[in-house]
Amino acid sequence: MSDYAVQTNTEEYLSLGRNKLVEMYHTMVLIRRFEESAAKAYSQQKIGGFLHLYIGQEAVAVGSIAAIHKEDYIITAYRDHGHAIARGTDPRILMAELFGKYTGSSKGKGGSMHFFDAERKMLGGHAIVGAQVPLGTGIAFKAKYRKEDAVCLTYLGDAAMNQGAFHEALNLAGLWKLPVVYIVENNMYGMGTAVERASAVTELSKRGSAYGIEGMVADGMNVFAVYDAVKEAAKKARELSLPTLLEVRTYRYRGHSMSDPDSIYRTKQEIEEEKRRDPLEQMKKFLLDEKIATQKEIDRVDEEVKQTVAECVEFAENSPEPPLESMYDDIYVQ
Amino acid sequence: MPELSFREAINQAIAEEMERDDSIFIVGEEVAKYQGAYKVTQGLLQKFGEQRVIDAPISESGFTGLGVGAAMVGLRPIVEVMTFNFSLVAIDQIINNAAKMRHMSGGQLKVPLVIRGPNGPAHQLAATHSQALESIFAHIPGLKVVVPGTPKDAKGLLKSAIRDDNPVIFMESEVMYGLKGEVPEGEYTIPLGKTDVKREGKDITIIAYGKMVNLAMEAAKSLSSDGIEAEVVDPMTVRPLDDEPMIESVKKTNRCIVVSEAWPFASVASEIGYRISSKAFDYLDAPVGLVTAEDVPMPYNKILEHNALPTIEKILNAANSVLYKK
Ligand SMILES: Cc1ncc(C[n+]2csc(CCOP(=O)(O)OP(=O)(O)O)c2C)c(N)n1
Ligand SMILES: [Mg+2]
Repeated sequence: MSDYAVQTNTEEYLSLGRNKLVEMYHTMVLIRRFEESAAKAYSQQKIGGFLHLYIGQEAVAVGSIAAIHKEDYIITAYRDHGHAIARGTDPRILMAELFGKYTGSSKGKGGSMHFFDAERKMLGGHAIVGAQVPLGTGIAFKAKYRKEDAVCLTYLGDAAMNQGAFHEALNLAGLWKLPVVYIVENNMYGMGTAVERASAVTELSKRGSAYGIEGMVADGMNVFAVYDAVKEAAKKARELSLPTLLEVRTYRYRGHSMSDPDSIYRTKQEIEEEKRRDPLEQMKKFLLDEKIATQKEIDRVDEEVKQTVAECVEFAENSPEPPLESMYDDIYVQ
Repeated sequence: MPELSFREAINQAIAEEMERDDSIFIVGEEVAKYQGAYKVTQGLLQKFGEQRVIDAPISESGFTGLGVGAAMVGLRPIVEVMTFNFSLVAIDQIINNAAKMRHMSGGQLKVPLVIRGPNGPAHQLAATHSQALESIFAHIPGLKVVVPGTPKDAKGLLKSAIRDDNPVIFMESEVMYGLKGEVPEGEYTIPLGKTDVKREGKDITIIAYGKMVNLAMEAAKSLSSDGIEAEVVDPMTVRPLDDEPMIESVKKTNRCIVVSEAWPFASVASEIGYRISSKAFDYLDAPVGLVTAEDVPMPYNKILEHNALPTIEKILNAANSVLYKK
């Protein structure tokens, strides 16, 4: 993980202001605790289906979304809790969605893989690998068509790059110069298959070159590295209407989903080693070293998050199940 | 007879056929090193090596098309789709290439290909991951579509599918992989396109396939305690559809319901209903009843999901309705 330099431009980060910096840390902690709590509820069978945890990758959603405007769009795959939380969706309705409740963001119809928040321009959680890539491209097409001052961050996994949909979409974006930033969250595996066992070219950012799309690489465990890279790519999309393929190198600490027997394809030692780059720890250290926050304030963030997550679970548990007739709702626009 | 799980039965069928014929290879996501997303291919990599048990990237259109191409020139690929939901990414290769090659080449080429994997809803996997898609494939001339409901049928039918010179869609189920049943020892095959009577009865015919066979058998047991003897008829292959035994059964019982977890519109169930209605018209004492999934995308919520699917209660209600009991 040393083939790219992390340029820590402390001055610039400080210019983000204390509030924003602490808020970014707060959001990363919230994502992690929210998911730990979801994992617990899953083991108690209060949540069902597939649950893909984002733990370890928090800096990607938080750093990238901090670098865009509220007019911008985002779209991602099924590992979507972090993106929705970072975009500002009320975590209570997200937890309620995981519990399948009527108060959930999709009224209990979507579950973990399908978080949507149209108002905040979070255009989903998508469960078919690669399917969101043409969609993100179409969203960017609309932004250009309507001359909006907006870009679309389109997130995908490393393994999703092997889908035809990815290649067709990138060709369109390169050809029609669309304001889209493809963010490949390279967590080194697609389920149990390591990148080098699935991709003929392992420098993933180069895979855009076939379509004339510039590649970038950033350290996905460092929230500022992600922030910088996305800021630059979004600027290029906004001002020049040019797409970028940004590979962020990250790591998922948990199994692919709750049912994944982790031990077949990677070692405990590898996981422990990756955890040494923990994005939350790195950010905390930065806040303390730069005297942006005191230990006491850090502790308060932890306390607040604990409170919020407890409220999420309480809200979800006390919410009603959807009425049976609701299964016929929202199939067609009436 | 030894008891095997559905998973083990399929695994045995693949292993025995690969042992017999080195033109067979299996390709799919996580089939080799990971031992199968649902452990169906467990041990195959160790037995046959990485030339014949191949982990593919997430590129369904690519590796399904590769399978069609390899089959056109003499190999006998087994393509595993992690679930049939993902076969939709490869639908062009299946419908336009695999199904039509024989016809378009005027009989010069054949495509001895099996595409297999789980089909239908599992547990709360929501709209894109909970689809019973057999009707879509059964719609296509040139494809054979097999949907077994027991470990014994799965093994015998899969061996026939692998030996068949046509493209065969072979549909399993995540929630059936652990299901145990008696499987004969030693070599046997079950021919494709042959309907099986799973339980004899004189009062009503229940036609069901795949996972629904087991639900139909349970419903039959329950009806029996009320003095109604249901005949459970399982086509096993939904295309080509062997309707003769169904019609024979209805001639005896005069009443029929069809159970399927697929959507009702333009479906295997509606096709069976149509055939019974037209070919056994004079014998029917009531219109054919259908028990299918509700006509909705699958909701994530557990209660909605349960209510969107066929249940024992729904089967009993439909049976009582064609029997004019309440
Ligand atoms: C078309 C399709 N094929 C297979 C799957 C099953 N599946 C879900 S996630 C996944 C791995 C994807 O890996 P990656 O794109 O690297 O994302 P990550 O899970 O690592 O975030 C697979 C094989 C699917 N959902 N859709
Ligand atoms: Mg990955």
